[in-house]
Amino acid sequence: MTTDAVHPPPAPSPEERPDRPALRAGRGATHRGDRVFRGLSRGSGITLLVVMAAIAAFLSWRAAIAIQADEGNFLTTFEWDANADPPVFGIAVLVFGTAVSSVLAMLLAVPVAVGIALFISHYAPRRVAAALGYVVDLLAAVPSIVYGLWGALFLVPHLSGLYEWFEQFLGWTGVFGYAGGAPRSLFTVGILLAIMILPIVTNVSREVFRQAPAAHQEAALALGATRWEVIRMSVLPFGRSGVISASMLGLGRALGETMAVATVLSPSFVLQASLLDPGGGTFAQNIAAGFKEAGTMGRDALIASGLVLFLITLLVNGAARLIIARRKEYSGAAA
Amino acid sequence: MKPQRTNRSRAVALCAVAASGALVLTACGSDDNSEGGGDATSKAAGNIKCDGDGKLLASGSSAQKNAMDIWTQTYQQACDTTEINYKPTGSGAGIQEFLQGKTAFAGSDSALKPDEVQQSQKVCKDGRAIDLPMVGGPIAVTYNVEGVDDLVLDADVLAQIFDSEITTWNDKAIAKLNPDADLPDTKIQAFHRSDESGTTDNFTEYLNAAAPKAWQHEPAKAWPTKGGQGADGSSGIATNVQQNDGAIGYVELSYATGNDLDTVDLDTGASEPVEATTDNASKAIADAKIVGEGKDLALELNHRTKAPGAYPIVLMTYEIVCDRGNKKETLDATKSFLRYTAGEDGQNVLAEKGYAPLPAEIAAKVRQTVDGLA
Repeated sequence: MTTDAVHPPPAPSPEERPDRPALRAGRGATHRGDRVFRGLSRGSGITLLVVMAAIAAFLSWRAAIAIQADEGNFLTTFEWDANADPPVFGIAVLVFGTAVSSVLAMLLAVPVAVGIALFISHYAPRRVAAALGYVVDLLAAVPSIVYGLWGALFLVPHLSGLYEWFEQFLGWTGVFGYAGGAPRSLFTVGILLAIMILPIVTNVSREVFRQAPAAHQEAALALGATRWEVIRMSVLPFGRSGVISASMLGLGRALGETMAVATVLSPSFVLQASLLDPGGGTFAQNIAAGFKEAGTMGRDALIASGLVLFLITLLVNGAARLIIARRKEYSGAAA
Repeated sequence: MKPQRTNRSRAVALCAVAASGALVLTACGSDDNSEGGGDATSKAAGNIKCDGDGKLLASGSSAQKNAMDIWTQTYQQACDTTEINYKPTGSGAGIQEFLQGKTAFAGSDSALKPDEVQQSQKVCKDGRAIDLPMVGGPIAVTYNVEGVDDLVLDADVLAQIFDSEITTWNDKAIAKLNPDADLPDTKIQAFHRSDESGTTDNFTEYLNAAAPKAWQHEPAKAWPTKGGQGADGSSGIATNVQQNDGAIGYVELSYATGNDLDTVDLDTGASEPVEATTDNASKAIADAKIVGEGKDLALELNHRTKAPGAYPIVLMTYEIVCDRGNKKETLDATKSFLRYTAGEDGQNVLAEKGYAPLPAEIAAKVRQTVDGLA
């Protein structure tokens, strides 16, 4: 799950070297230990697969029931009325809201995270770096509901000034239109999510940058490169796939974030161009808002939307793996 | 709190020492409490008739949470062999759990739907699930408009505000109802619940019944129109009304008083505008009609009531049990507990928590039905 860059080479399995002498304990004991450990680790692997399969099967089964009963088009309906009779619901608004808020969060967070990571690994004095690393770790430990409360009580009331400025200078784009009122919009959610994924992206990137081969960097220095050039020529290419992995981890968190979004966003089932006006919704937020009072059909409909989120997450992770695999040869991450 | 707990654990210990088998333990539970056990209980719990024992599981409406908290606390002081666990999971989840036979009763913000009654025949052998009105509460309309301390609105204007038809506070329709107020030209920000909720259900039911022309949406747990802003939970609405000048929203009364928010007085057509208070809500419940069939006591509130002092935006919540075929292990305790909650003692403690006590006539009917549960 973390970086491909830090995967150790696969250790040869015990069967491949039967002649290895048993240490201290008798031969039989080691064999038993081997067997037990092999069984345990294999069991863990199988458990993971079984759990994933069970989740997928459960989601698909319940989703199929709901989608069959849906009177609207599951993909294009701009409405969520799953407890009505007949039920009408569609995920169009949720797909849009989830994608926009997460992508926004990535755009805002990744450059800053890479900056922090580079500062910690290459610029900061050792003591400052340690302290900063500690603070970033601390940020990762804050529960999401606390981010949500901070967002609702502090961030939202302080954003209307910025949004009015956006409206004044960028309002003509439509995307940055702002009609006033409490700015509990997708853009606000994007900002909050960016803060939330900052620590994880920073941490993983920092670890990768730290492992950039010293030989490469020294070689670059020897050729007369400045520190920025060293980073650009040896650290960044080496860390690229790691940063992508880190971003994907962050994206995964942003896609699935529930409580913070539910606390901050003013959801509605309207697809609108403006990201600053209240409205929109995300998968996880919609499930949290609807689950408690949902009837049987309502719950199945929410599960169907959960399945879509599951698939989107799978696709995103798959795409990330593809990118990493293609980049590997250039980055030296395979070394 | 502390001395009571000591008494309780001592009583339990005594009971356990005296008991050499399950049979004795049962006897210990029911008999001791109605006679000897009374010594250990506080005055508030004096009139509770304990019956049955063991663990009583229930779940449902979160609007009932505060009422249940105080009820279970008082009841358990009086009847220390019964343990009541009410989980405020939301009405939908509560009804589901009840229909799956996991709980002894469910709390719900709305009466059972026909298909839920149909499903209930599985858990209620030879019977069906019924609604018992138990906890009512006024839904207050709160607002935050600088310079306006008293605000009177009627159903039509409320409907137009929440439907984004009226958009500024100095609108003529509002000015007409408040001739003395100095209304600013602030934009109205109408806040509704973004999560599905019984409060929204009851509020939209009121708008639909009292202002059918201005509000043409069916009552629903999910907010039916696309205008305005959504906020998560009653606390979310209260926070946002507090934060935004020009905001208006609807919450259970306790959230309005708890957050020091101004509430709207309703012009119901009675001689004077009605304030959102527990007393006034009780008056409106007294005007309700029982529409449930057989033992079902589902109420239909008269949202257009013009009775003086009756506040018609009321959240009516129910306990849901089987009329026949309740689980044997929990039947006695369920009856005993519900008899207490529907009784005078049970209902009178509600007012201080922002709920409206049931009118005597309806409470009597509920007790009668509880006695007949099997």
